[in-house]
Order: sequence, then C-alpha cells, then structure tokens
Amino acid sequence: MGFSYRKAKFVAYEINGPRVQSHRLLRNGKAENKIGGFAESEKAKTMASRLSVMKHVPPNRPWSMIHLLNPRPFSTEHHQPPPVTNTTPSSLKQQELAKFSAIADTWWDSEGPFKPLHALNPTRLAFIRSTLCRHFRKDPYSPKPFQGLKLIDVGCGGGILSEPLARMGATVTGVDAVEKNINIARVHADLDPVTSTIEYCCTTAEKLVEEQRKFDAVIALEVIEHVAEPAEFCKSLAALTVPDGATVISTINRSMRSYASAIIAAEYILHWLPKGTHQWSSFLTPEELVLILQRASIDVKEMAGFVYNPLTGRWSLSDDISVNFIAFGTKNSQ
Amino acid sequence: MNRVIARKLAANAYELRASQRQFCNDAAAKLSNSNLSHPNNECEVKQRFTDNVQSHDIAIVGGGMVGMALACSLATMPLTKHLNVAIIDSNPALRSNYCIKKEDPPDPRVSTVTPATISFFKDVGAWKYVEQHRHAYFDKMQVWDYTGSGYTRYNARDINKEALGCVVENKVLQSSLISSMHNTDFQKTIYPSRLTSMAILPSSSSTGVDKSSSAIVSYPRGQLAKLELSDGGSLCAKLVVGADGGKSQVRELAGFKITGWNYYQNAVICTVEHSVENHCAWQRFLPSGPIALLPISDKFSNIVWTMNPNELDCKMNEDDFVKALNHALDYGYGPHPKSGVLGSADIFSWFRGDVTMSANECFEVPPKVVKLASERMVFPLSLKHANDYVAKRTVLIGDAAHTVHPLAGQGVNMGFGDASALSRIIADGIAVGTDIGEISLLKKYEAERKSANVMMMAVLDGFQKAYSVDFGPLNVLRAAAFHGAHHISPLKRIIVSFASGQLRLPFFS
Repeated sequence: MGFSYRKAKFVAYEINGPRVQSHRLLRNGKAENKIGGFAESEKAKTMASRLSVMKHVPPNRPWSMIHLLNPRPFSTEHHQPPPVTNTTPSSLKQQELAKFSAIADTWWDSEGPFKPLHALNPTRLAFIRSTLCRHFRKDPYSPKPFQGLKLIDVGCGGGILSEPLARMGATVTGVDAVEKNINIARVHADLDPVTSTIEYCCTTAEKLVEEQRKFDAVIALEVIEHVAEPAEFCKSLAALTVPDGATVISTINRSMRSYASAIIAAEYILHWLPKGTHQWSSFLTPEELVLILQRASIDVKEMAGFVYNPLTGRWSLSDDISVNFIAFGTKNSQ
Repeated sequence: MNRVIARKLAANAYELRASQRQFCNDAAAKLSNSNLSHPNNECEVKQRFTDNVQSHDIAIVGGGMVGMALACSLATMPLTKHLNVAIIDSNPALRSNYCIKKEDPPDPRVSTVTPATISFFKDVGAWKYVEQHRHAYFDKMQVWDYTGSGYTRYNARDINKEALGCVVENKVLQSSLISSMHNTDFQKTIYPSRLTSMAILPSSSSTGVDKSSSAIVSYPRGQLAKLELSDGGSLCAKLVVGADGGKSQVRELAGFKITGWNYYQNAVICTVEHSVENHCAWQRFLPSGPIALLPISDKFSNIVWTMNPNELDCKMNEDDFVKALNHALDYGYGPHPKSGVLGSADIFSWFRGDVTMSANECFEVPPKVVKLASERMVFPLSLKHANDYVAKRTVLIGDAAHTVHPLAGQGVNMGFGDASALSRIIADGIAVGTDIGEISLLKKYEAERKSANVMMMAVLDGFQKAYSVDFGPLNVLRAAAFHGAHHISPLKRIIVSFASGQLRLPFFS
C-alpha cells in the first residue's frame, strides 16, 4: 500500500495566472483559480495566436504513443462519419477476431513496442486514483474505489488504461477513432470478465458530444498532442463532462528538456518510439493547457509531472512538469 | 451483436471441453470423496466436479509457514482482502485450528525469527497466537570458534531493542498463521491435494482454432494458469504462487532454473534439556561447521549441528551423543577464547568513545546439556537459488526460490520477507487496477527480493566457507574478525541490524 498514489497528494499546483507554480496545497481542491482575470491580457492573446498556429497537423504520423496506426485521431475537420459505432460490424468474422488477437498481443506485450506506455501506466493511474478518490469522496483503501462512476477513456488505443479503470470499479467507455485499436481492445477485454464490461466504441469525442453523452470523469491521456485543434478538443471533453465532473489530461511539455528527452532520446537514441511519433511544436505547455481548459470551463486543480528513473526503469510522480505532465481539473457547476 | 454471439460460442466450446474432462475424472472423484468424509466447519470444502473449473485470483501451492504467511498478509490488507485465494496443500492441519499440546516437549524443528519477522507477524495478526504457545526471546548471543582465538557477544541493547530474536517451533508459527487467517472473513478455498501439472492457458491466439468444433476460436475466461491436482481436480488462477519448499513442484513445472551446490554436510537437529535456564543463543564454529544452541523454553534448547556425514551419526546412542554435544560446546576441538588475547582492548581503544554494552562482556561457557528431549533428525545441507523468481503468472517465494545454510537461522526469515513483499506489491498493483498476474508487476517483487536474498545468501555462504577451513593465516583473520565484531561498535550494530532483518548491508541499500 506504500504505493505512490499517496505521493500525488503532495504534488499539487495552484493556478495563479498562467504560471503554474508548484506548492503543497489544494488537498481538497480548494484553491481558487485566478486565471480568469488574466484572459484578456496581452500574453493571452499571443498565446491564443500560438494555439491557432498549432492547427497545422503533420501530414502523416503513422505511429503515435497511444494511437498506434492512427494518423489524426480527433481532428475536427474529420467530418465523414466514423466507420463504426458501438457494435462490431456484422461483417466481422471469427477468423478476423483471431487475427486481431494476434496484434492485441503486441499492444499488450509489456516488453513490446508499447513498453514505455506500460511502464508509465501505473504512475498515471496512481494520479488518477488519488485525484478522483478525493474529488468524488471515494474510499482510497477500497479495491474498487471507482464503483458507481462513469468514466470515458478518450483515445483508448488497445485499452491499456481502460482495463485498469474497469478493475478499479468504474463503468468505462473507451473510444478511439481507429477501428483496429477498438477491435484489439475488445478482444483483450473479453479475456477477463471484469474488463469485458467495458464499452468500446470506434468514434470521436466530437461525435459523442453530438450524441449528448455525459460522463462523471473524462480522461484523455497522451492524446492532446496529436490533436489538430487542442482548444476545440478541450471543449469537446468539457461537453462530455457532467457539471462538477472531472477531466484528466496528460501530455508532453513544450520545453527544451522535452525536446531532448521525448524526441531525441525516446525516438532517436533509445528507439522507444518510432521516429516522427511526436511533433515538438504541437506540444502544449502547462500554462497553455490550463488556459484552454479554463476557456472550456474546466478549472485545473492539480498537476503533477512524471519523471523516469533510468536505473530502475520506473516512472514516478514528481513536482517536475518540464517533460511529461498530467492535469486534473473539474468542470464548473453552472 | 457479433460479440455476444462470439462469446456464447466460446462459452459452449468451453463447456464441451469441461464435460470431456469430467469423464476421466469420475474415478478420481470417488477416490477423493472418501478423503473428504470429515468435512470441516471452519472452512468451506470446495465444490469440485461441477461443470466449470473453479477460478481463483491467486493459487498458493504449499501451505507451509511461508505460504500461510502470504495468505495471512493478503487477508489483512485492505486492498487484497477481497481476493479469492486457493491454497493447495495436503496437510490436514490447514483446515482446522489444530491445537498444540503445551506439555509436549519442544519439537526439534524450530526457527529463529528476527525482529523484522516479528513485526510482520504482528501486522498480520498472528503474533498474539504465537505468544499463547511456547516461544523464547533471547537478548544475548555468543559466537566463537574452536581455535580459541576470539569470540563475539551481541546484546539486544546494542541496537536498543528488547530482543535479538525469538525461537519458535515451526508448527507454532504455522498454526498461528492458520488461526489468524481463519479469524478473517477471507475468501479462501483449501484443496487438500498436491499439484501434478500446471499450464498457462495460452493467450487467445494459440488457444486457437479448435478443429473439431467447427473452427471456433474459443477465449477461455481470461488468461489464466490452470492447475491439475493429484486427486483429479483442477482449478484456474490469475497468479500461481510457488510456496512449496526446496523441492518446489511449481518451480519444476514452470521451468525455473536454479543455481546452487551441496555442502556435502548434514545438519543434525534435536531438542535438549539443561539443568539451568538458558536465555542466550550460542554458536560455535567447529572444523566441520557451526553448532548452534538456541533457547526454546526455560530449560529446553534446540541444537543445530552441522557435521560431515562420516563424522558422527544418529546411530550413536543417546548418552554418547549428549557427551559429544557437551564436548563440542565446551572444550572439544580447542580451548576457550580468552578476553584480550591479542591485547584487543588496546587495539580497538580508539573506538572507545562509542562502546556497545556487550563489548565488556566476558566469554561464557554454554549451559551443559543433561539429556536429549526429542528424536534426532538429519537434513542434508545445500544452497539453491532460483535464477528467476517470476515468470508469466507464476511467482516463487520462500525456499522454493532460495534454500540456504541454516546458519544464523535466516532461511525462513527470508521467506517471510518474500511473503510480505509480494503481498504489498500485489496490493500496489490492485490499487492501480493492474492484472495481478502481469509480469511487469511481478518483476517489482523480484527486483526487491532478489538483491536482498542474494546478499544474505552470499554472507551465509561466505561464513560457512570461512569457518570450514582450518588454515593458519585464515585463523588469524577469523580471530581479527571476532575481535573486530566484538569491539568495534558501529560494525557490531550493523551486523546485529542485518541479522535481525532490519538493515540491508550498507553497500547494497
């Protein structure tokens, strides 16, 4: 039980202007958000223009950390109806399932191409567990603290995050724009009666907004850096969240260190990720993320960084948000 | 829609196979039903031979001290107490609170539990049962060798503790853990049987297309380990824990490789009686290896005597054995060491500023053995260490992972350390929704325990080797080591803390 989820309590941030400062407060999410008064300032305008620059999407990114085989997961320009919704297409054969299950093995192979994600997974889940337990007043010592919560994992990929969430008791919906990912996720989830209750849909966040779906918590991890319009994407996430619900987003900072570690080290030196996985210019800084979430009426209450220890090969939560970071916010009740 | 159909088809295929197996199990069923003629009210007697194979979260193979320690630890932690655990062991004691008669003389199979183990037992609620039975704390320990060149005395007060350890009969440790487990509302199923085969149900793709049943891919419920038992029963579990001792069946079936060697020596163990009370642990290094005298209750002590197979044997009559024992603990093989034989007090005087209590204690002669109070048992000694502790859905704990020289009584403490670490890591995994059989989770256990265990084994093996050679320069070194350990307080504290399981050696922590 000495796991680091307790640590997350101490890694909290107060939002004070666009600067995100580290300090040890916000245990009950009481800190006030002062970002509103800043919105019209000069800096915010330049930030807004910067955000619009980010509209350009690299022509083709065949790989991404979460979105294997998914070039543009949540593009808003993507208007043709998603190929499948809610159910497996009736043309899907059993042999096909067998084929997908073979691929599912690589998605789920903790030593395979998704190794970095598997290594990071317990750490980000620890953050989610700690923040959601406090926000929804759930017992952190319960093996299934999320019982009774409806969560959505946006950009679920093969279901690496959705399955643990389901084991923690949540009613999980996993969505991904890539049909292959969804099929892989379904095959794998069916292996365990607990995870077979996950509802996987090949769709987009925007589509679900149109369907007026609502969730207690919306989780989009390592997705926003692959999105054409982060601001629009955040609005969609907010629209999916019930009032007083929670939103959790993780991404990579746009810093010198993130360029060195997430792109040069991870892609070119360690070959953790295929070259071209990430576009440094489309990363968001914590300040920018806080701002666009604020505009989507989500107040960021807590933020933590992920740091990698090369000796143990493990990730842990820390104050250092200069590379990978995760933010927890709540939706305004009005 | 298709998903639903697929699942149904899969379920049908599953049942089909289950029923096939039932035919071959019928004979075995009758056989083992007779074994179950006296069902116990304390625990559920499992419903076997239903259509479906029983599925569990964890299957613990071996309900010995370490296996029960794991079960107990899982039963008491908030994040793991909901787990559905199977314990596979043919020992009838597991299914009831069998009582230990206090008037029986102490059993020769005892363990020296360290303060770290005692606090673990307190955490899992088992220590209060140990206290109801025979147990003996000791706060002093004396180590010396046959050359008479030096000795070391340790005192619990050196590390500000009440006791250096406690000697408890193995059956008391085990029954305390069983009582503690039965006191919780833990979901356990005890299979009074032995493991015969084990298979990791392959992931869906290779479970494969069942040719006979019209090319249906069947997905059994989960990637599970499937265990077949000697009574014909079978069960599935997400995680199989091999706690089945030095000759672990799980280790063999899962194909773990081991490294190790035999010492070509035997340990003779027995209970002896003194005419006076004993509250000190004694260990003397003889040419063939150590002899240890551990207090077990007021006038009883336990003997662990390492000897070469040809040296002495159990055929020797009792009187001769007692004589040989007293000889070995006293003047046999060499003189008593004298305090300050090397002028050590002066050599080490620069440490005087920080003197431990025991540094001024003089050499004592252990109490005389008056008679033998139990059978003598002989065990061959060996060192074994599994190269890996974990594989897919399989994990080894205790002697299944490492068998050590009984010197210093560390073996079972390492096992309790394993049980404690594994249950904590399972709880950590459950906290973040991990599948408990996932190898990346189990690797954390291996990383934590392997370095600790290897370190301890290296120290024990080193001791065994260092003291089994009678060679001039080495004897001087040993004498220096004794003096150093006796007089250099910081070193003494480190040794005592390490031996009580509360410290990893400084260069490893």
